[in-house]
Amino acid sequence: MNYFLTEEQQMIKELAAKIAEEKIAPVAIQYDEEGKFPHDIMKVLADSDLCGVYIPEEYGGLGGGILEMALVVEELSRACGGISLAFAGTGLGTFPIILFGNDEQKQKYLPDIASGKKLAAFGLTEADAGSDAAGVRTTAVLDGDEYVLNGTKQWITNGGEADVYTVVACTNRSKGARGFSAFIVEKGTPGFSFGKKENKMGIRASCTSELVFENCRIPKENLLAREGMGFIVAMKTLDRTRPGVAAQALGIAQGAFEEAVKYSKQRVQFGQPISSFQAIQHILADMAIQIEASRALVYQTCRFIDSGAKDFSKESAMCKVFASDTAMKVTTDAVQVLGGYGYMKEYPVEKKMRDAKITQIYEGTNQIQRNVIALELIKEFSKK
Amino acid sequence: MNIVVCVKQVPGTMEVKMNKETNTIIREGVEAIINPFDTYAIEEGLRIKEQTGGRVTALSMGIPAVAELLRSTIGLGVDEAVLLSDRAFAGADTLATAYALSKGVDKIGNVDLIICGKQATDGDTAQVGPSLAEKLGYPHTTYVRKIEEIRDGYIRCQRMTEDGYEVVEMPLPAVITVVKEINEPRLPSLKNMMRAKKAVINVWTADDIGADKNLCGLKGSPTQVVKTFVPVHEIESEMIEGDAAEQAKKLAEKLMTMKFPVCG
Ligand SMILES: Cc1cc2nc3c(=O)[nH]c(=O)nc-3n(C[C@H](O)[C@H](O)[C@H](O)COP(=O)(O)OP(=O)(O)OC[C@H]3O[C@@H](n4cnc5c(N)ncnc54)[C@H](O)[C@@H]3O)c2cc1C
Repeated sequence: MNYFLTEEQQMIKELAAKIAEEKIAPVAIQYDEEGKFPHDIMKVLADSDLCGVYIPEEYGGLGGGILEMALVVEELSRACGGISLAFAGTGLGTFPIILFGNDEQKQKYLPDIASGKKLAAFGLTEADAGSDAAGVRTTAVLDGDEYVLNGTKQWITNGGEADVYTVVACTNRSKGARGFSAFIVEKGTPGFSFGKKENKMGIRASCTSELVFENCRIPKENLLAREGMGFIVAMKTLDRTRPGVAAQALGIAQGAFEEAVKYSKQRVQFGQPISSFQAIQHILADMAIQIEASRALVYQTCRFIDSGAKDFSKESAMCKVFASDTAMKVTTDAVQVLGGYGYMKEYPVEKKMRDAKITQIYEGTNQIQRNVIALELIKEFSKK
Repeated sequence: MNIVVCVKQVPGTMEVKMNKETNTIIREGVEAIINPFDTYAIEEGLRIKEQTGGRVTALSMGIPAVAELLRSTIGLGVDEAVLLSDRAFAGADTLATAYALSKGVDKIGNVDLIICGKQATDGDTAQVGPSLAEKLGYPHTTYVRKIEEIRDGYIRCQRMTEDGYEVVEMPLPAVITVVKEINEPRLPSLKNMMRAKKAVINVWTADDIGADKNLCGLKGSPTQVVKTFVPVHEIESEMIEGDAAEQAKKLAEKLMTMKFPVCG
């Protein structure tokens, strides 16, 4: 399918694909096994100018949008959905600054992220604040020229590896979610440490950790937007980055599909390649249909967002749900096509099945996304 | 430091197919790539430039389509690319190729160092680098695996040999040919790829570089290829398992039965 990408977008996609094939695919199984964080791959992305594709030009980026980010995530995820998350998680941590940072904050943080010198992370989730993000308990209290942070964030992608963290904390408990504020916290700030690194089912090359704040003092200039805007910062950021999760799912599915097709042509049973059995052919056809539909929805949603649209929670949720459910189905079917070999760690598809699962869970579970979509639908129809 | 890197287009396959009648390589339908050894030459050129400043120019002699391969070298960070392309260059052997390249280097001018891959994967002669040096009257070192020092008018490098390496010093300008041990070539960067897209690839004819056409192409080539073939390897081999002592014992037994004179 021709998606009429611009010359520049085509170049980004090809370059990311080249990096995925030459640098990521050969190490994907090993990094998964060892849970090794891909600093070396991030260095390659940095040298290739890919780290800043979604960052405005005036801050050292390429000036692209969500589509450019998604193209990179998709291609990297084709080779490894965990390694790609070092890049995608940085996007998640950076968008609050792009969207709500003032010029000084952007000048200070974006160029280093664009050049790949620094990674970022986004901290919202806590033990008691998952789907119900309003349950955030971490507090930030203004004391002179500083905010003092206390609390623990849980399951933060790039936690411990990133240099720049955007964190949501409560500045006024009596106001509930309207009492949340978003802050930039730098690694190395006294009182800011990292808890345990999680041992996960999939995306094992990604690092997921606790962020621990114990009387952590940050300059008040690190407040993003205004006090009380934290929940909005988080929601607007996630609306924009969900297509990134969708792209990750899309890439994982594409990679699994390619393995399945390749294998089906080589594997001989009953004297013929298994690709000659209609049962296998139909699985492959269904995979291809779902992946293409998923890609069309992801790219179009990205374009819609990049066009300057104001409200796109529904579309963003739709593409995340569709692409992640597709990835789960396609990767499970890929294991089926490979049979017992598909279940073995020496073959790449069992990992893809494990990696796919997270895309249905994070940045809002698919149940929560369906809630969002339904709510928007009901709103739209009540206007008519 | 002004550096010229010589680049050749080769078929992207190990099984080079030959036209039996003309004894030339069949290039149709085969993906064209940059000679893999030249990619190390490009990388080394870029690294020296990053260290000393200056320019890196990629130079190739070939058919007009080679311009696109040269464009990809700009994507890696090469500043400028020059393609020597003219009917007069067709059918060149290594001598005529070195002659044309030397005239190209003359026209580029002010060159401190020329880097070539140790050989091309299609012809495998390893002759063009040294011949080019001779044509230019420059010193040269082949099989360079490391540049220890490079500065104005001076280079010291390690030349790989079968059982180690030699340290060679030369005045500049000079020619070196490099082996794959010298570095790990980079991938292109987006900014350079964009520059490459817009870049003008200079195409120079024999007249542009003031080449004597009698020394170019088929006319200037004393080598005539009579016959080419891919050698068939039909050696039967057997791996002997076990620890060193066992292996030695089994090997000795084998050799005894083969009626070769065995020492000791
Ligand atoms: C590997 C990994 C990386 C992560 N990275 C980050 C990160 O970088 N930053 C960050 O802030 N967070 C991160 N998270 C957290 C992630 O976003 C949350 O796990 C997710 O939002 C779900 O929250 P929960 O796990 O607490 O599930 P819960 O909210 O406890 O949900 C449990 C189940 O109940 C369902 N459910 C809950 N409420 C409803 C409802 N109202 N209607 C219907 N169903 C409902 C859910 O769909 C789910 O099936 C990460 C999580 C993981 C596992």
